[in-house]
Amino acid sequence: MSLQVNFAVRENVLLVRLNGELDHHEATTLREAWQKELANNGVEHVIVNLQKLSFMDSSGLGVMLGRYKEVQAKGNEMVLCSISPEVRRLFDMSGMFKIMKLVDDEASALEMLGVASCEMK
Amino acid sequence: MRNEMTLEFTSVSENESLARVSVAAFVSQINPTMEELTDIKTVVSEAVTNAIIHGYEEKNDEKVMLTCAIDDGEIELIIQDRGQGIENIDIAKEPLYTSKPEWERSGMGFTIMENFMDRVDITSEPGVGTTIRMTKQLTSTRALCN
Repeated sequence: MSLQVNFAVRENVLLVRLNGELDHHEATTLREAWQKELANNGVEHVIVNLQKLSFMDSSGLGVMLGRYKEVQAKGNEMVLCSISPEVRRLFDMSGMFKIMKLVDDEASALEMLGVASCEMK
Repeated sequence: MRNEMTLEFTSVSENESLARVSVAAFVSQINPTMEELTDIKTVVSEAVTNAIIHGYEEKNDEKVMLTCAIDDGEIELIIQDRGQGIENIDIAKEPLYTSKPEWERSGMGFTIMENFMDRVDITSEPGVGTTIRMTKQLTSTRALCN
Protein backbone atom coordinates (compact mmCIF):
# COMPACT_ATOMS: atom_id res chain seq x y z
CA MET A 1 0.00 0.00 0.00
CA SER A 2 1.47 3.33 -0.99
CA LEU A 3 1.08 6.73 0.60
CA GLN A 4 -1.55 9.32 -0.25
CA VAL A 5 -1.09 12.85 0.99
CA ASN A 6 -3.71 15.54 1.23
CA PHE A 7 -2.74 19.15 1.95
CA ALA A 8 -5.20 21.83 3.04
CA VAL A 9 -4.80 25.32 4.46
CA ARG A 10 -6.92 26.80 7.27
CA GLU A 11 -5.97 30.43 7.88
CA ASN A 12 -2.25 30.26 8.69
CA VAL A 13 -2.18 26.51 9.30
CA LEU A 14 -1.09 23.81 6.85
CA LEU A 15 -2.97 20.54 7.35
CA VAL A 16 -1.09 17.44 6.22
CA ARG A 17 -3.25 14.32 6.12
CA LEU A 18 -1.36 11.07 5.55
CA ASN A 19 -3.04 7.90 4.33
CA GLY A 20 -1.25 4.56 3.85
CA GLU A 21 2.34 3.57 4.58
CA LEU A 22 5.27 5.93 5.04
CA ASP A 23 8.67 4.35 4.42
CA HIS A 24 11.95 5.31 2.73
CA HIS A 25 10.40 4.85 -0.73
CA GLU A 26 7.63 7.37 0.02
CA ALA A 27 9.72 9.72 2.17
CA THR A 28 11.43 11.74 -0.57
CA THR A 29 8.23 12.49 -2.48
CA LEU A 30 6.48 13.48 0.73
CA ARG A 31 9.34 15.76 1.80
CA GLU A 32 9.39 17.58 -1.52
CA ALA A 33 5.62 18.08 -1.65
CA TRP A 34 5.50 19.16 1.98
CA GLN A 35 8.33 21.69 1.57
CA LYS A 36 6.55 23.18 -1.44
CA GLU A 37 3.38 23.64 0.62
CA LEU A 38 5.36 25.21 3.47
CA ALA A 39 6.77 27.77 1.07
CA ASN A 40 3.24 29.05 0.32
CA ASN A 41 2.50 32.53 1.48
CA GLY A 42 0.64 32.73 4.74
CA VAL A 43 1.41 29.24 6.01
CA GLU A 44 2.98 29.29 9.46
CA HIS A 45 1.93 26.36 11.62
CA VAL A 46 1.48 22.69 10.67
CA ILE A 47 -0.95 19.99 11.76
CA VAL A 48 -0.11 16.42 10.77
CA ASN A 49 -3.13 14.14 10.82
CA LEU A 50 -1.97 10.52 11.24
CA GLN A 51 -5.40 8.90 11.49
CA LYS A 52 -5.11 6.91 8.26
CA LEU A 53 -1.38 6.27 8.43
CA SER A 54 -1.19 2.51 8.95
CA PHE A 55 2.59 2.11 8.93
CA MET A 56 5.68 4.22 9.46
CA ASP A 57 9.36 3.46 9.99
CA SER A 58 12.46 5.52 10.83
CA SER A 59 12.49 7.07 7.35
CA GLY A 60 9.14 8.63 8.27
CA LEU A 61 10.58 9.85 11.55
CA GLY A 62 13.32 11.57 9.54
CA VAL A 63 10.75 13.45 7.44
CA MET A 64 8.73 14.46 10.54
CA LEU A 65 11.83 15.68 12.36
CA GLY A 66 13.04 17.55 9.29
CA ARG A 67 9.76 19.48 8.92
CA TYR A 68 9.52 20.04 12.67
CA LYS A 69 12.94 21.71 12.62
CA GLU A 70 12.01 23.91 9.65
CA VAL A 71 8.74 25.03 11.26
CA GLN A 72 10.39 25.52 14.65
CA ALA A 73 13.23 27.57 13.12
CA LYS A 74 10.67 30.16 12.01
CA GLY A 75 9.20 30.32 15.51
CA ASN A 76 6.07 28.38 14.48
CA GLU A 77 4.44 25.20 15.73
CA MET A 78 3.88 21.68 14.42
CA VAL A 79 1.21 19.55 16.09
CA LEU A 80 0.42 15.88 15.46
CA CYS A 81 -3.06 14.42 15.85
CA SER A 82 -5.19 11.25 15.58
CA ILE A 83 -2.32 8.75 15.80
CA SER A 84 -3.06 5.01 15.52
CA PRO A 85 -1.73 2.55 18.14
CA GLU A 86 0.60 0.96 15.54
CA VAL A 87 2.29 4.21 14.59
CA ARG A 88 2.25 5.50 18.16
CA ARG A 89 4.55 2.68 19.27
CA LEU A 90 7.33 3.99 17.03
CA PHE A 91 6.85 7.59 18.17
CA ASP A 92 6.83 6.55 21.85
CA MET A 93 9.93 4.41 21.45
CA SER A 94 11.91 7.13 19.73
CA GLY A 95 10.92 9.83 22.23
CA MET A 96 9.26 12.04 19.60
CA PHE A 97 6.62 13.32 22.01
CA LYS A 98 9.30 14.88 24.17
CA ILE A 99 9.57 17.52 21.46
CA MET A 100 6.38 17.33 19.37
CA LYS A 101 2.85 17.96 20.62
CA LEU A 102 0.16 15.32 20.13
CA VAL A 103 -3.57 15.92 20.43
CA ASP A 104 -6.64 13.73 19.86
CA ASP A 105 -8.01 15.19 16.64
CA GLU A 106 -7.80 17.94 14.03
CA ALA A 107 -10.35 20.13 15.82
CA SER A 108 -8.25 20.15 19.01
CA ALA A 109 -5.10 20.86 17.01
CA LEU A 110 -6.74 23.79 15.20
CA GLU A 111 -8.01 25.13 18.49
CA MET A 112 -4.54 24.89 19.99
CA LEU A 113 -3.16 26.92 17.08
CA GLY A 114 -5.87 29.55 17.44
CA VAL A 115 -8.02 28.60 14.43
CA ALA A 116 -11.74 28.46 15.25
CA SER A 117 -12.89 24.85 14.85
CA CYS A 118 -16.23 25.89 13.32
CA GLU A 119 -14.30 26.89 10.21
CA MET A 120 -12.99 23.43 9.51
CA LYS A 121 -14.56 21.25 6.91
CA MET B 1 8.58 -27.83 13.05
CA ARG B 2 10.64 -25.22 11.28
CA ASN B 3 8.96 -23.38 8.46
CA GLU B 4 11.09 -21.11 6.32
CA MET B 5 10.84 -18.82 3.32
CA THR B 6 13.43 -16.95 1.31
CA LEU B 7 12.98 -13.91 -0.86
CA GLU B 8 15.55 -12.33 -3.13
CA PHE B 9 14.79 -8.99 -4.74
CA THR B 10 16.43 -6.08 -6.54
CA SER B 11 17.71 -3.21 -4.41
CA VAL B 12 15.00 -0.71 -5.33
CA SER B 13 13.00 1.16 -2.72
CA GLU B 14 9.68 -0.06 -4.16
CA ASN B 15 10.59 -3.48 -2.78
CA GLU B 16 10.67 -2.27 0.84
CA SER B 17 6.89 -2.67 1.05
CA LEU B 18 7.07 -6.02 -0.77
CA ALA B 19 9.48 -7.29 1.91
CA ARG B 20 7.23 -6.10 4.75
CA VAL B 21 4.04 -7.49 3.29
CA SER B 22 5.62 -10.87 2.42
CA VAL B 23 7.03 -11.35 5.91
CA ALA B 24 3.74 -10.23 7.51
CA ALA B 25 1.79 -12.75 5.41
CA PHE B 26 4.23 -15.55 6.26
CA VAL B 27 4.28 -14.79 9.99
CA SER B 28 0.47 -14.50 10.16
CA GLN B 29 0.31 -18.30 10.05
CA ILE B 30 1.10 -18.41 13.77
CA ASN B 31 -1.33 -15.65 14.76
CA PRO B 32 0.91 -12.88 16.10
CA THR B 33 -0.74 -9.99 17.96
CA MET B 34 -1.28 -6.74 16.04
CA GLU B 35 1.58 -5.22 18.01
CA GLU B 36 3.97 -8.08 17.20
CA LEU B 37 3.08 -7.92 13.54
CA THR B 38 3.74 -4.16 13.45
CA ASP B 39 7.09 -4.67 15.20
CA ILE B 40 8.13 -7.32 12.67
CA LYS B 41 7.04 -5.21 9.69
CA THR B 42 8.94 -2.23 11.09
CA VAL B 43 12.23 -4.09 11.60
CA VAL B 44 12.02 -5.66 8.13
CA SER B 45 11.54 -2.19 6.70
CA GLU B 46 14.51 -0.84 8.68
CA ALA B 47 16.89 -3.62 7.68
CA VAL B 48 15.90 -3.64 4.01
CA THR B 49 16.12 0.17 3.83
CA ASN B 50 19.62 -0.02 5.36
CA ALA B 51 20.66 -2.56 2.74
CA ILE B 52 19.41 -0.33 -0.09
CA ILE B 53 20.59 3.05 1.23
CA HIS B 54 23.78 2.15 3.07
CA GLY B 55 24.80 -1.27 1.75
CA TYR B 56 24.27 -0.45 -1.91
CA GLU B 57 24.24 3.37 -1.72
CA GLU B 58 20.99 3.33 -3.74
CA LYS B 59 22.50 1.38 -6.63
CA ASN B 60 19.36 -0.21 -8.03
CA ASP B 61 20.74 -3.31 -9.72
CA GLU B 62 21.95 -5.28 -6.72
CA LYS B 63 20.21 -8.00 -4.71
CA VAL B 64 18.82 -8.06 -1.19
CA MET B 65 18.26 -11.49 0.39
CA LEU B 66 15.64 -12.04 3.06
CA THR B 67 14.94 -15.22 4.99
CA CYS B 68 12.15 -15.60 7.51
CA ALA B 69 11.72 -18.69 9.65
CA ILE B 70 9.17 -19.74 12.23
CA ASP B 71 10.28 -22.31 14.77
CA ASP B 72 8.24 -23.09 17.89
CA GLY B 73 6.72 -19.63 17.98
CA GLU B 74 10.04 -17.90 17.45
CA ILE B 75 10.50 -15.67 14.42
CA GLU B 76 13.94 -15.50 12.85
CA LEU B 77 14.71 -12.88 10.22
CA ILE B 78 17.90 -12.68 8.17
CA ILE B 79 18.46 -9.72 5.87
CA GLN B 80 21.60 -9.78 3.80
CA ASP B 81 23.31 -7.57 1.26
CA ARG B 82 26.60 -7.85 -0.63
CA GLY B 83 27.23 -4.14 -0.42
CA GLN B 84 29.90 -1.94 1.06
CA GLY B 85 29.62 -3.16 4.66
CA ILE B 86 29.79 -1.21 7.93
CA GLU B 87 33.15 0.14 9.11
CA ASN B 88 32.23 0.38 12.78
CA ILE B 89 29.13 -1.48 13.97
CA ASP B 90 29.17 0.03 17.49
CA ILE B 91 29.00 3.56 16.09
CA ALA B 92 26.33 2.60 13.54
CA LYS B 93 24.16 1.21 16.35
CA GLU B 94 24.21 4.39 18.43
CA PRO B 95 20.78 6.06 18.64
CA LEU B 96 20.50 9.08 16.32
CA TYR B 97 23.78 8.28 14.56
CA THR B 98 23.55 8.45 10.79
CA SER B 99 26.26 8.27 8.16
CA LYS B 100 23.97 10.30 5.89
CA PRO B 101 22.74 13.36 7.80
CA GLU B 102 22.22 15.24 4.52
CA TRP B 103 19.59 12.66 3.51
CA GLU B 104 17.37 13.48 6.47
CA ARG B 105 17.80 10.09 8.09
CA SER B 106 16.68 9.80 11.71
CA GLY B 107 19.50 7.48 12.78
CA MET B 108 17.02 5.28 14.63
CA GLY B 109 17.13 2.12 12.47
CA PHE B 110 19.25 -0.15 14.68
CA THR B 111 17.70 1.28 17.87
CA ILE B 112 14.26 0.31 16.55
CA MET B 113 15.46 -3.18 15.59
CA GLU B 114 16.96 -3.71 19.05
CA ASN B 115 13.83 -2.47 20.79
CA PHE B 116 11.29 -4.38 18.75
CA MET B 117 13.16 -7.72 18.59
CA ASP B 118 14.59 -9.96 21.34
CA ARG B 119 17.96 -10.31 19.69
CA VAL B 120 19.81 -8.54 16.88
CA ASP B 121 23.16 -9.75 15.52
CA ILE B 122 25.02 -7.74 12.93
CA THR B 123 27.81 -9.25 10.89
CA SER B 124 29.54 -6.96 8.45
CA GLU B 125 32.74 -6.70 6.51
CA PRO B 126 33.76 -3.64 4.50
CA GLY B 127 33.58 -4.44 0.80
CA VAL B 128 31.85 -7.78 1.37
CA GLY B 129 28.43 -6.97 2.80
CA THR B 130 26.20 -6.99 5.85
CA THR B 131 24.00 -9.65 7.41
CA ILE B 132 21.46 -8.81 10.08
CA ARG B 133 19.94 -11.69 12.04
CA MET B 134 17.06 -10.96 14.39
CA THR B 135 14.84 -13.16 16.53
CA LYS B 136 11.65 -12.62 18.44
CA GLN B 137 9.61 -15.07 20.51
CA LEU B 138 5.93 -14.35 20.15
CA THR B 139 4.18 -13.74 23.48
CA SER B 140 1.20 -16.01 22.82
CA THR B 141 3.50 -18.96 22.23
CA ARG B 142 5.73 -17.98 25.14
CA ALA B 143 2.72 -18.17 27.48
CA LEU B 144 1.93 -21.68 26.24
CA CYS B 145 5.47 -22.85 26.97
CA ASN B 146 5.23 -21.91 30.67
